[in-house]
Amino acid sequence: MTAAAPLIRLSALTRVYGRGDTAVAALRGIDLSLCQGDFLAIMGASGSGKSTLMNILGCLDTPSGGEYRFGAIAVETLNQTQRALLRRHRLGFVFQGFNLLARTSAQENVELPLLYRGLPAARRREAALAALDLVGLSDRAGHTPAELSGGQQQRVAIARAIVTDPAVLLADEPTGNLDTARSHAIMDLLTRLNRERGLTVIMVTHEEDMAAYAGRTLHLRDGLIDRDSGRDNARPLLTETAPCC
Amino acid sequence: MLLNALHLALREIRRNLLRSLLTVLGIVIGVAAVITLVTLGNGATVMVKQQISALGSNLVVMRPGQRLGPGHDEAGAPPFRREDADAIAAEIRGIAAVAPVVSATVTLVAGAANWSSSVTGSTNAYFPAGNWRLAQGRLFSDDEEQAGKAVCIIGETVRAKLFAGEPPLGSSLRVKSFGCEVIGVLAAKGQGAMGMDQDDTVILPLVTAQRRLTNSRAVGTVMISLRDGVSAATAITDITTLMRERRKLTEAQENNFSLMDTRQIAETLSGTIGTMTTLLGAVAAVSLLVGGIGIMNIMLVSVTERTREIGIRLAIGATGREVLTQFLTEAVVLSACGGLAGMALALLACLGLAGALSMPFLFNPGINGLAFGVSAVVGVIFGYMPARRAAALDPIDALRRE
Repeated sequence: MTAAAPLIRLSALTRVYGRGDTAVAALRGIDLSLCQGDFLAIMGASGSGKSTLMNILGCLDTPSGGEYRFGAIAVETLNQTQRALLRRHRLGFVFQGFNLLARTSAQENVELPLLYRGLPAARRREAALAALDLVGLSDRAGHTPAELSGGQQQRVAIARAIVTDPAVLLADEPTGNLDTARSHAIMDLLTRLNRERGLTVIMVTHEEDMAAYAGRTLHLRDGLIDRDSGRDNARPLLTETAPCC
Repeated sequence: MLLNALHLALREIRRNLLRSLLTVLGIVIGVAAVITLVTLGNGATVMVKQQISALGSNLVVMRPGQRLGPGHDEAGAPPFRREDADAIAAEIRGIAAVAPVVSATVTLVAGAANWSSSVTGSTNAYFPAGNWRLAQGRLFSDDEEQAGKAVCIIGETVRAKLFAGEPPLGSSLRVKSFGCEVIGVLAAKGQGAMGMDQDDTVILPLVTAQRRLTNSRAVGTVMISLRDGVSAATAITDITTLMRERRKLTEAQENNFSLMDTRQIAETLSGTIGTMTTLLGAVAAVSLLVGGIGIMNIMLVSVTERTREIGIRLAIGATGREVLTQFLTEAVVLSACGGLAGMALALLACLGLAGALSMPFLFNPGINGLAFGVSAVVGVIFGYMPARRAAALDPIDALRRE
């Protein structure tokens, strides 16, 4: 992949819920390009369409109209299974509510995506421990979510998201359930992953100081892009050689 | 992928061990019931066949009335006489012994002990015909048989109940209202067909029994023992012809007596037991079905309860098919474990019951395989619906669910 090609390109993307008179347009025409290594924060009031956009970017939902290119893939033409495989191989998810499997150790939670990749147990273990080490939790591998603090649970969730070495990390209000100190720690972690590993991060948030970590901020209003800060050139990316968009 | 699914299923079952155990209880009981009933039924069939062949392998029993079994009309048919037995012995070829038999159930008293038993009146021919051997004493003398003397030969059970610890020979045994001298004791034969104790018996000379017990010259049944190698069918045809003549039946009239050889009796009985076994097995199979519904119920609850987990798996990149496989595998592993546990339980139950009922235990691989197979199939059938529901979940909705 050359640096000049955008990783994600949305054109005239729409999403309409319901039909006929009761139809509600959540997204009314989004145009967006993202490069590998970008750190995008999506902001907006509730009902602005930011969650819908996130779900479509995460291939959990399908657009009603427009185009979604992920690399060379036309995502809007994929069926359910193909989207699942795209998620498995290229995307990682972090949620507001952590969404770890209960009564399951941190290590097993991190191994979960690798299980679906069909990796043998020894390599799963190795990769999971490496990912936990990266988020600073190598000493908590055997703990279940109930034995971990909120910040630690979110770190485990981040380890689970990056253990497959995805192209894009999608974080839906990753600090929404955390206090300020832990929120900043999580944002530092995401920033570090973005800078050091060139991981593309897309984050939904409603907190300005969390959005400040991102290189680019998108404000949505009523299903349209209201404001786009554009790339923050004051924060050059390590992996980047030339701007792609 | 299948190995993965198996791994996940086992982990999930272990995590909810108590619930898993309760879920499969229906399958365990169903499989155990089917296997136990069929195995015991087969044991009973074998036992009945063995006991009937112990009666004497080449025995024909003649009774008044048309057929053996329920609903046979003995009432209208004239009884036999001793002369009928003599005529058969004299005129039919290939006969080893013919014993006219009368029987009654009466109270026996010896000293202070009393005991109710089946008393048979017959001739010395009864002993070879019924495969009886003497343990001690002697058979009836000609004089005793003809004059109807008060002598008797007792079975092992009667000896044990009434003459425990005493020499029975020469002792006096009161049969109903008259006293008679014990002249012999039969060797034990054990339990007979239908679970009766064959040794609980007293044999009197025919004339004695007719005079003192039944007060009639009638003979209830005639036991005809054939020589080795003589066909029962031929003998039955010959005896039928003879008896029709003796009973002065015209060609238009049906036989008012019936003849049956022991093999036929064995087949009739084991056929009946086989039917019962099938019936009971079918009833037990219904509990397997109910067990399957239990599995479906719990799997549906499990899918609802684990909606969020399913959402996480789908978001992480599991395909619907993988989720389906996971839940289906869980259901099949559960029911197959239930099947195995049921087989183990049935083995224990069969061993215990066969011992208690003194029946032979025959391991039946067919019914074990069938019951296990059915339990696995039940898992597939009843696990499919919940698994499909899980696979069809929308990841966004599933993640939003608390």
